[in-house]
Amino acid sequence: MSVVVLGAGMHPWGKWGRPFTEYGLAAARAALRDADVSWPEVGFLVGADTIRNGYPGFVAGATYARALGWSGARIASCYAACASGAQAMDIARTRILAGLCDVALVVGADSTPKGFFKPVGGDRPDDPDWLRFRLLGATNPAYFGLYARRRMALHGSTPGDFAAVKVKNARAGALNPLARYRKPVTAEEVLASPMVADPLRLMDICATSDGGAAVVLASEDYARRRGVTDPVRLAAVSTVTPVFPNAVLELPEFATDSCAAVPPPARPFRAAIAHAAYEEAGLGPEDVSFAEVYDLSTALELDWMEDVGLCPPGEADKLLRAGDTALGGRLPVNPSGGLASFGEAIPAQAIAQVCELTWQLRGRAGDRQVAGARVGLAVNQGLFGHGSAVIATR
Amino acid sequence: MTLAIDGWFTVEDGVTHLLGARCAACGTVTFPPRTGFCPNPGCDGEHLEVTRLSRRGRVWSYTESGYPPPAPYVAAEPYTPVTLAAVELEREGIVVLGQVKDLTVADLEVGMELELTCGPLADGPLVWMWGPAS
Repeated sequence: MSVVVLGAGMHPWGKWGRPFTEYGLAAARAALRDADVSWPEVGFLVGADTIRNGYPGFVAGATYARALGWSGARIASCYAACASGAQAMDIARTRILAGLCDVALVVGADSTPKGFFKPVGGDRPDDPDWLRFRLLGATNPAYFGLYARRRMALHGSTPGDFAAVKVKNARAGALNPLARYRKPVTAEEVLASPMVADPLRLMDICATSDGGAAVVLASEDYARRRGVTDPVRLAAVSTVTPVFPNAVLELPEFATDSCAAVPPPARPFRAAIAHAAYEEAGLGPEDVSFAEVYDLSTALELDWMEDVGLCPPGEADKLLRAGDTALGGRLPVNPSGGLASFGEAIPAQAIAQVCELTWQLRGRAGDRQVAGARVGLAVNQGLFGHGSAVIATR
Repeated sequence: MTLAIDGWFTVEDGVTHLLGARCAACGTVTFPPRTGFCPNPGCDGEHLEVTRLSRRGRVWSYTESGYPPPAPYVAAEPYTPVTLAAVELEREGIVVLGQVKDLTVADLEVGMELELTCGPLADGPLVWMWGPAS
């Protein structure tokens, strides 16, 4: 038995500062319409939490259930940083696989403040996320900058390569009506934008956005009863944590684990997230038709391509330069336009990735359609050991 | 002389040491120091000793912030760019992040040796920093 994506819906990404529930509800209702399922038929709703919007954000499942109209559905709320949406989908999927419900709705939405993400307020010296700002001024882009510099040293990537990622993703985003940034950009514009976290410039780094995304998940039997015979399937959802010792400096840490007693695992964390999904799906990187990877920075998209096995370490720049990862290329990466075109709406992001997988696999992605898409991979990573990989097939 | 955080580093006679915790059973080191038991899931060790970490290491990577980081960081006015280095300590097998003193990104390279020092945050208290190797 497998779980299928019966419906997908999004609110466009942007920056309006309106309540997050508005975006989540629009996405939820769009997903229900897409699935041709009415809200009272939904047995289980999972909300991906937002931590910057007060109490309703911490009980997102209840917030959306109440706003949609109390229906008696069971609910759950979860937070897993950037993987919140994937974890919410995994919770829904597990309940469906257990036979405890037929159809579930998963919703994530955020309304973000302007500027750098900063820690939740107050004087909290026990919170590493607060301390990294207090002691080091280490913002999220600072960590992205560390990864980018390391990539330049290990693999010879250049700021020109990073700019080329943005150019590629902006071109795809221009074709996506849901994206926040819909203007093609040139490498010169990227390279002339202000330096934010050396070597990364403003246009190398993803913005923080408002947005909402939702999916309706169902059992295969339920889909069949509804006359849906060739649905998009969730072949895998991986939400594994790192294996000790994690030798990569991760947000919001001050240091890595120590490799003094135990050697680091053969697969670093990001690679392990994807590997677990491949194992679960019984597929490998060679089967992937396209991938949505978490391009918090342009440089990170190149790291991800190697981490998920789309090419050997150090060769992502080569694929990029050959046009392989662009729309129309051999292996499109971020055909949605990626975070480069959307910006980050944390609890919605992993769900939005699955919306894109769904539309691509249905052949309904319009001008950005990946020809012959059969297997889609979506990956992300967030703070505190969270990350996810989803494989969808059709 | 006020330290920005207690128990993470010491300054004695002008010499700065990071303080970690070392598991007496397997040798795993943590920074910041932790108490309780060893973070290595394959080790049952419950005796963690505070240990001084190597004062020299090699740059794993580095960056510089073009804009003032937000609160609770207190940025200098006028703003002077915050340079960060993640430095690999061979003996402990860890990489430790810190601000960089007396060097800019133009001076730094992955693999170059740095030495631990300390310096004040803009509002006064001292924090550990990575500086040129003497």
